[in-house]
Amino acid sequence: MPQAGSPSGIAGWSAGGLRRGLSYVLPFAVVGGLWQIASLFFPPFLFPSLVDVFKRCVDILLTWSQFSDVLATVGRILAGLAGAFLVGAALAVIMARSRAVNDFLSPILTLFQGIPALSWVVFAIIWFHGIEPRIFFIMVMTTLPAFTFQVLGALQGMSRDLMEMVMSFRPTRAKLFRTMIIPAILPDILTAWKVNLGNASRVVVVAELVGATGGVGYELLQQQQVFDMAGALAWTLQLVFFVLIAQAVLTFVESVAFRYRAVSERSL
Amino acid sequence: MSAAAPIISLKQVSKSFNKSGTAPAYIAVDRLDLQVGQGQLLALLGKTGCGKSTIFNMIAGLSEPSSGTVTVDGRNPFREFDAFRGKMAIVFQSDRLLPWRTAVQNVELGLEMLDMPATPRKEAAMHWLARLGLRGHENDYPHALSGGMRQRVSIARAFATDANILLCDEPFSALDEMTGRTLRAEFVRLVKENGKTAVFVTHSINEALEIGDRIVVLKRPATIAIDLPLTAATLPAEKQAIRNQIQDILAA
Repeated sequence: MPQAGSPSGIAGWSAGGLRRGLSYVLPFAVVGGLWQIASLFFPPFLFPSLVDVFKRCVDILLTWSQFSDVLATVGRILAGLAGAFLVGAALAVIMARSRAVNDFLSPILTLFQGIPALSWVVFAIIWFHGIEPRIFFIMVMTTLPAFTFQVLGALQGMSRDLMEMVMSFRPTRAKLFRTMIIPAILPDILTAWKVNLGNASRVVVVAELVGATGGVGYELLQQQQVFDMAGALAWTLQLVFFVLIAQAVLTFVESVAFRYRAVSERSL
Repeated sequence: MSAAAPIISLKQVSKSFNKSGTAPAYIAVDRLDLQVGQGQLLALLGKTGCGKSTIFNMIAGLSEPSSGTVTVDGRNPFREFDAFRGKMAIVFQSDRLLPWRTAVQNVELGLEMLDMPATPRKEAAMHWLARLGLRGHENDYPHALSGGMRQRVSIARAFATDANILLCDEPFSALDEMTGRTLRAEFVRLVKENGKTAVFVTHSINEALEIGDRIVVLKRPATIAIDLPLTAATLPAEKQAIRNQIQDILAA
C-alpha cells in the first residue's frame, strides 16, 4: 500500500484517484457519446445535440424566472419529506411503544404503500383547492409509509443491551432520546432520507405535471407540448442535479456523524 | 451475616416466570432472604441458570419480585426507580459502551444523567480513565480499544458517578485470565478505597475468593446454599478448604 506523504505514495494515491474518477465518468461519457452520435442522424425533437441541452441548462440556471421554478420544486420536495418524516417518526415511536397501535396502523400504512402516486394526485385535486396544499399532501402520503416503517425498524432494531445499560443510569425521557435513541437510529434515518429523496423527486414531477402552474413538472409539460426535447432534458437534469447534491450532502453528514464506525465496518 | 446495617435487603423474595400455555411457572428465585451491609463486597456465586442474574436485576430495579420485598437503602428500587439516579451503578458482563461515543464521552454518560456541568463532568471522566490506566485513550472510540480496555472504560463509567452501590454481573468473565486478574485486583482496590458496597455476580469460585469479603453460594432455584465470610486474614489453607466446600456444594 503506498504511503501518503512520500513521493511514490502521492503518485500512488493520484493514480488510484484518477482510476476511480475515470470509472465513474466513463459510463456517462459513453452514453453521452452515443446520444451525440444519434443527434447527427435524428431530428432535434428526438435527439437534440448535447450542446443545445447544455445551453438550455445554463439558461435555466441563469434566468431567475426559470430558476425559481427549480427552487419551487426543491422546496416542495424538502417540505414534503420533512412533513412525512416528522409524522412518520411520531407514528413509529407510538407504534414501537404500543403493540395495539402497531397492529392497527401497520395494515393501513401497507395499504397506503400500495396506492399509486397518480391516485394520490387525483385525490389531492378533488380534496384540496390550493396548489401547494395539494402537492404537500401528495408528497407526504407517498413517502409517509416508508419513513414510518424505516424509523420503526430502526427503533425495534436498537440494542437491548445498550438500552438496558443507559436505563441503569435512570435517565429522564428526554435524556434517553438524546443519549441513546436518536444516535442509535440516526444511520437508519439518513438511509431513509436517501431512499425517499429519490422517490420524492419522481413523485413531485407527477404532482406538478397535473396540478401545478410552476415547477419542474409544469415546465416539463410545457416542453412536451412544443416537442422541445432539449428543454425536457434540461429541466429533467435540474432535478437530477438536485438529487445528486442532496445525496452528496447526506453522504457528507454520514461521514462526519458516523466516524465512530470501525474502518472494517465502514468499508463493507 | 453482616455486622453493619444492611443497605440491600431481600426478604422472602421469589421470582417466577410464566411459561406459555398451561405449563407451570418457572421459579427462578424461591423465598430468598439476603442482606448486604454497607461497605461489604458480596460475591454471589452459583452455576449458570441458578437465578444470579434474576436477583441482580431485582436489586438493580430492572425487574420486580413476584413476592417478597427488595429494598435498597430503605427504598424499593423498582417502584422508586428514579430515586436511585446516581446512587447505584452497574458493570455488565459485556462492556456495553455506546459505539458513537469516545471513551471519555462513555464515562461521562452517567454524569450527564445527574446534570453535571460539562467541564467538571469531563474532568471527572478523565480522572477515572487515568485511574484505570487509560490516559491517552480518552478520545478513542470503542472499536479502537481492546476488550480489556473497553471493560476498564465501563468500570470507569460506573465509578465516575460516585454511586454508593455497585452491581457487577460477571464483568471479567469475557476477558483472558491475566487481564481479568489485573482488573479484579483494581476493582477490589477501588471499591475498598472509595467505601462502596458491591454485589458481584460470578460463576467462578476463584473469582469469588479473590474478590469477595463474603461469598454467598446459590443453589437452584436461587436459595442460599452457604454464606461464607472472608477476611484479609483468611489463610490460603482456609481458602482452599472453602474452595473445596463450594465445589462440593456446586457439584451436588
